[in-house]
Amino acid sequence: MHPIRKKRLTIVLFLLAGLSIAVALTTYALRQNINLFYDPSQITAGEAPLDVRIRAGGMVEEGSVKRDSESLKVEFLVTDFNASVPVEYVGILPDLFAEGQGIVAMGKLNSEGRFVADQILAKHDENYMPPEVADALEKASLTGEQSMPGSAQPATN
Amino acid sequence: MWQFFHKLGSPKWFFGISARFMPWLLAGGVLLLMAGVVWGLAFAPKDYLQGNSYRIIFIHVPTAFMAQSIYIMMASAAVVTLVWRMKLADVFVKAVAPVGLVLTFLALFTGAVWGKPTWGTWWIWDARLTSMLILLFLYGGVIALDRAINDEKSAARAVAVLVLVGVVNIPIIKYSVEWWNTLHQPASFKLTEKPTMPPEMWVPLLLSVLGLYLIFGWLACIRMQTEILSREQRTRWVKEFVMRGRS
Repeated sequence: MHPIRKKRLTIVLFLLAGLSIAVALTTYALRQNINLFYDPSQITAGEAPLDVRIRAGGMVEEGSVKRDSESLKVEFLVTDFNASVPVEYVGILPDLFAEGQGIVAMGKLNSEGRFVADQILAKHDENYMPPEVADALEKASLTGEQSMPGSAQPATN
Repeated sequence: MWQFFHKLGSPKWFFGISARFMPWLLAGGVLLLMAGVVWGLAFAPKDYLQGNSYRIIFIHVPTAFMAQSIYIMMASAAVVTLVWRMKLADVFVKAVAPVGLVLTFLALFTGAVWGKPTWGTWWIWDARLTSMLILLFLYGGVIALDRAINDEKSAARAVAVLVLVGVVNIPIIKYSVEWWNTLHQPASFKLTEKPTMPPEMWVPLLLSVLGLYLIFGWLACIRMQTEILSREQRTRWVKEFVMRGRS
């Protein structure tokens, strides 16, 4: 290769390397701001600020959803399978909201450690399947077959 | 090997060779894209949770994939422009930037249309959506910078530097869903793992991605040819080519 071109190529490579390091350090420093939500472990560990609008995200724990019969109030536990946080919300839930589904809630954490949400978004996971397959998997799990091929359970993140 | 590489840089040579496989790119692209989209929209089974609304994936994923893919190609061409000063590389960047802009917009738009019924919101400032919006602005910036500088050579270099600087955004888009908590789900398609959907869903998806890739190839060729003709309008071969077309 021509020496001038070699020199130019080195400059280009240095530019790219320097830039990547700069961006990596910036995004690393800002990671808490880039994260869309706190997970339940962080909240129970006291990393999330109180009485500030934040987002909390995780799975709706199985069997934890309690609906008020008089109003639109809903209470449930949101979990990351290490810790769980109680969430309360008054309003209409998204269609995909269900036990075992991922959600992201926007609201404030109060001093009792309860998360008072004013908006609930459903988080979809990367798994897609036809309804018949989902039914078959559910039947298989109901009849007590524990080891299922594939992943009927949504991913944990 | 270098000789071939330098021949590749000749606009005249490219003009001749691209005309030969363009019909194949277009025919193959239209065929694959039609097959993928029709199969995906009409015949693929619906999803157990989202029902029919997931079908936008057959448009969203190809456009988002191509938007990033085109940027990587542009960045490779930018290296060639800066190091080898090859005109054709610059012609490529200028020809495909608007295509990338449109595809990025489509990816964001289809994502928003899907996000409203699925997540409950059109837009959220999570890492994936924000980095994709930055990609849209990068494409816009590349086009604007190119238009703003009159001198062809300085425009080429300035645009190449901007494209290269922007390429750090691509790994951020790709890994945003793994590095940070986002509302956007992780990829269903990975090179190293089994897709997280059954074949009757991912085969049409793959067909439409490949189809869009071929159509992009055709679009890139035809746009590059136009750019070459306008740049080389004073050369003899272009004059001869135009005269031949008239008679």
